[in-house]
Amino acid sequence: MTTLVVQDEVAEERHRFIEKLTPYLFISPWILGFLFFTLGPLIFSFIMSFYDWPVVGERTFVGLQNYQVMLTEDPLFWDSLWITVKFGLFFVPFNVILGLLLAVLLNQKVIGTGFFRTIFYLPSVISGVALVTIWAWIYSHEYGILNFLLGLAGIEGPNWLGDPNWSLLAIVIASLWGLGGTMLILLTGLQSIPKELYEAAKISGVPAWARLVYITIPMLSPMLLFTVITSIISAFQQLTIALLLTGGGPLESTYFFAMYIYDNAFKYFEMGFAAANSWVMFLIILALSMMVLKSSSAWVYYEGEMKKTEANDD
Amino acid sequence: MTRALTYSALLFLSAMFIIPFYWTFITAVKNIGELYQFPPVFWPNEVMWENFVTAWFKQPFDVYLKNSVIVVVLSTIGQLFSCSLVAFGFARFQFKGRDAIFVLLLSTMMIPWDVKMIPLYMEFNMLGWINTLKPLIVPAYFADAFFVFLLRQYIMTVPIEIDEAARMDGANSWQIYWRIHLPLMMPALVLVGTFHFMNAWNDYLGPLIYLNDQSKYTLTLGLSMFKGLHETDITSIAAITVVLCIPPLILFFFAQRYIMDGSIGSSVKG
Repeated sequence: MTTLVVQDEVAEERHRFIEKLTPYLFISPWILGFLFFTLGPLIFSFIMSFYDWPVVGERTFVGLQNYQVMLTEDPLFWDSLWITVKFGLFFVPFNVILGLLLAVLLNQKVIGTGFFRTIFYLPSVISGVALVTIWAWIYSHEYGILNFLLGLAGIEGPNWLGDPNWSLLAIVIASLWGLGGTMLILLTGLQSIPKELYEAAKISGVPAWARLVYITIPMLSPMLLFTVITSIISAFQQLTIALLLTGGGPLESTYFFAMYIYDNAFKYFEMGFAAANSWVMFLIILALSMMVLKSSSAWVYYEGEMKKTEANDD
Repeated sequence: MTRALTYSALLFLSAMFIIPFYWTFITAVKNIGELYQFPPVFWPNEVMWENFVTAWFKQPFDVYLKNSVIVVVLSTIGQLFSCSLVAFGFARFQFKGRDAIFVLLLSTMMIPWDVKMIPLYMEFNMLGWINTLKPLIVPAYFADAFFVFLLRQYIMTVPIEIDEAARMDGANSWQIYWRIHLPLMMPALVLVGTFHFMNAWNDYLGPLIYLNDQSKYTLTLGLSMFKGLHETDITSIAAITVVLCIPPLILFFFAQRYIMDGSIGSSVKG
């Protein structure tokens, strides 16, 4: 009898233990992935950044030397950083504003919105190498369709990929072709704005542009904030398109910061130096996102109720 | 008036988005003569379908295709399985540190890939995984943060009473996940699977960094090799580009209603 009770207790105990463990078992794939593919690498790369660390051979502790060389001795660091910033200054506003424009157009009561939405999203489906080869041929100096079309309008097109004055703009345009994701996010935001606001404004005789400025943009601002931040991050990570379309040239006019990191790591095998580069990128992205987030209190409008449900959700 | 303006704007913009596709397609099927004609030929006299065959045999694209399919299929399975498990864990259990861990998960989305690129390479190197497809497959079994977030938001919309009723009937947590939530999650899983498929299929940097031998190449890597191998072979480049675009486009058309119904946007809003 007593043994049975003990057995019961043990079973109970075990049951409770399993019950407690279950949620952790469910989330364990992510926990393990976080340890091995995120946290581990982050720590590893932080340590590496203080070493002279070739792929094979002796590694030596060099303290802050990697950071010092990068900031004071390597002009490529500042050049590539400046190119990335220039790219971002074009890409981020255009990506958000054009995305907004498309979303606003699609939010009108027009026939075939589904059709247009699909077309605008299509390029986002094929990003990468295919996108680059498509644009390389479009930009072709002699045979490209872009310069032919410009020629029809009486404009002599530049040598897009061969002229350092135009190459960065060429990459901006090719990147903007994939703004379907931004458009989709903003469109969802637009559709969740209460129709009554617009109706009330219409009745009071508020013109269309004022409705855009005083209703749409404030109501949409949380989504705009999100797209601004993701655009900044993707601007800084720009690598595939530049690597394949221009290879950083001509005259290093499209030598992005991400390419600088990539070359230091996989061309010169300076793993420690490249790790230091990547930490600088991380900090810049973090600082920029924080700045946008901080400044957002001035221009992002959260509806009281929306904020509350958000808090509840998370 | 404004309506006419809206339509012309939409038509003009969609032309900008469509022309590059059309241009690539006709480039692939033109004969050499028309390829370099100026002004350009907008509808080729003769559609050279055989260009696709010629391009395909210029490199071992059979092998590349096989590798791409292996990577995409295995990693998609991993992503669907692991993400739904984790999302279920976050959505349906109360446990110590849940909210803190979830915030941690969200914040990992902010970490640029470039920071992890180098140490991950070293890690895979130590494991002996360089020049194998493993670095492109195995991490997918450990749940991507964005997909977890998306699926969790989806599970949260399912009434908890369903779980409670199942538990009354004696179902355990695994059965609730496997028998109830996995089927209910189907639309969200289609979305996750589509997004992951596109990422994996289009991925260039991963294969570029981890693969060395031609026998291990994926399609994207093979296509990029054309630039070095056949400097002027525009036709083959365009043909393979078209081939590379087809699977994601087909998948997109099937999954379209899930992508367009706003799940992405609403999940962003939280």
